[in-house]
Amino acid sequence: MATLAERAKSLRPSASKMALDSVGPVVLAIGLTLLLHFVVGPAVGHSGTKILLDMGINIVLAVSLNMVNGFTGQFSIGHAGFMAIGGYTAGIVTYYGGYKLFGTTNPTGGFLGAGQWLFALSCIAGAVTSGFFGYLVGLPSLRLKGDYLALVTLGFGEIVCVLLTQSGAVVPASGIDAVPAWQLPYHVGGAVGFSPLPFYTNLFWVYLFVCITVLFAYRLKESNHGRALLSIREDEIAAEASGIAVTPIKVRAFAFSAAFAGVAGGLYFHLLGALPKPGELGFQKSFEIIIMVVLGGMGSVSGTILAAIVLTILPEVLREFSDYRMVVYALALVLMMLVRPQGLFGIREIWELGRERRKKARGSR
Amino acid sequence: MTTLVQTLIDGVALGSLYALIALGYTMVYGILRFINFAHSDIFMLGAWFSCTIAGLLGWAVGTPPTWAFIVVLLAAMAACGLLGFIIERLAYRPLRSAPRINVLITAIGVSLFLENFGQLPKIFGNTPTKMPALIPDIALGSFAGVRLSLVNLIVIVVAVVLMGALEWLIYGTKLGRAMRAVSYDTKTAALMGIDVDRVISITFVVGSALAAAAGFLQAAKIVAVQQPAHVSWVQLGLKAFVAAVIGGIGNVRGAMIGGVLLGLVEMLGGAYLSSELRVVYVFTMLILVLLLKPEGLLGKTTVEKV
Repeated sequence: MATLAERAKSLRPSASKMALDSVGPVVLAIGLTLLLHFVVGPAVGHSGTKILLDMGINIVLAVSLNMVNGFTGQFSIGHAGFMAIGGYTAGIVTYYGGYKLFGTTNPTGGFLGAGQWLFALSCIAGAVTSGFFGYLVGLPSLRLKGDYLALVTLGFGEIVCVLLTQSGAVVPASGIDAVPAWQLPYHVGGAVGFSPLPFYTNLFWVYLFVCITVLFAYRLKESNHGRALLSIREDEIAAEASGIAVTPIKVRAFAFSAAFAGVAGGLYFHLLGALPKPGELGFQKSFEIIIMVVLGGMGSVSGTILAAIVLTILPEVLREFSDYRMVVYALALVLMMLVRPQGLFGIREIWELGRERRKKARGSR
Repeated sequence: MTTLVQTLIDGVALGSLYALIALGYTMVYGILRFINFAHSDIFMLGAWFSCTIAGLLGWAVGTPPTWAFIVVLLAAMAACGLLGFIIERLAYRPLRSAPRINVLITAIGVSLFLENFGQLPKIFGNTPTKMPALIPDIALGSFAGVRLSLVNLIVIVVAVVLMGALEWLIYGTKLGRAMRAVSYDTKTAALMGIDVDRVISITFVVGSALAAAAGFLQAAKIVAVQQPAHVSWVQLGLKAFVAAVIGGIGNVRGAMIGGVLLGLVEMLGGAYLSSELRVVYVFTMLILVLLLKPEGLLGKTTVEKV
């Protein structure tokens, strides 16, 4: 009669398999990003690269929003606000920090040079800041549910936009030394947006962060923690009754989701070379991300990725119908809710669909 | 002192608009328990319908007759009421038993659709338009620097009349009793022989008509009507929702009080602190109310049941 501990031990996968599981994806991710950067990037040319970059950033945004809207079943409509916070933080690091370090506000260093590492650091700084704000916004989820919480996130996004328009003008490179360092974060451009930012974003960094986000989201979903999130999504009261500390877990989901949105903000703004005007980061942008999550499947990582890819390419292909883009999106959203409310893939991953069908077929035999 | 009185007048006028829109939110929430995000777009369409109808009736040029504004107001209300009916029928009714999150997403979808459809070149176009001067821009009286304009007076009067009518509809008629019954307990109301679907339809029509009235008044006030997808429409609508939450969502009188209160806070904050941060005051108020007294000023505390 084996004890429970022994049985658990026998079920644990072998050390070599575990090592492969943990190192494999990382090797794969680095391989993929290098391939994209050195082979695919030059092959598809400038405009193709731009689409690939947009696609990657959208994937990060959509997958990170999926952690809250999909896994946890909460409804955040303020994702663009987190993106703005992360982007502005990253912008401050690369613009002012870059000047302090290298004496210029232009990009410095080649591939993986000093400037690039500063950029990666700035994205992480953006993630930390916006993760902190995500934590703050998640706190009200202690008392608020469903549409009320949605409203708080919406209000948060709007407040961020308005406060950013109140900031001071960007200090040109020649004048940075004259301004005390602690005042610099205030000078982020006000209503006209933060520019000129150094163009650091490239395929390598974007897809490295895409891989990190996707891996994080997928591992989260399959982990204990993720199961707790899914149980909150299914029935909050039942989850609480079975001993899940609902509030801290929800708050953490918000923080993680916001952190990755912050990364996306950093990537996006260094791609444009300027932060868009705060007004362009309102709920319209949040809605665009929500559409990706809803169409792809709330809770499905691969479904969201697919939706993000399709919704990035589609407007490029159908450029002459750009007037109708949002009309079609809106109709798709409404029809989706009527016909297939869980989204294209629901909570399942793409590769799980076939398995499910096989299982069903076996069961009916 | 002059500033204070002027601000109070402006605040009450703005607050009456919020109250009119908030009523639609609160009525729908009271019955169906979801935020009708498309409501702010009905409000926007109310303004655009007013412009278009006034243009069609040939009042865009010259001096329209004094009663013209009543015709346009009623026509816009009828058009938006019909639209509200159609939206409820096509988008919300099939989801009656769906999870709330799905209805919320649908509402967002409808909202995006109305905005962007209205922006198409063949519909209303994407440039701002000028509202025909149905209400002349004159000051009724101006004492010690305080200006009471005709527009503000009409805004307040129309809002009070409509709210009085709604109060009568809800508390004085058989239909109103049915509405309150459905809001109190939908299933029991259905068992008592109330046609729930019909009551919900009527709620949407009435709410949308009130939003259209607010849209007309707003257009008359600001004259230059923004393009349909402009952020300001949604923002105004959202502020009105905040008003509904402050007053206690689902509570009709609460929406009226919340609307006026919010208008006053916004105008006072704008006059004495900083006018650029008006959105911030409103949403800060929302977050505070939600955290401290989520049921709102007049709302009832609800106990969540499994």
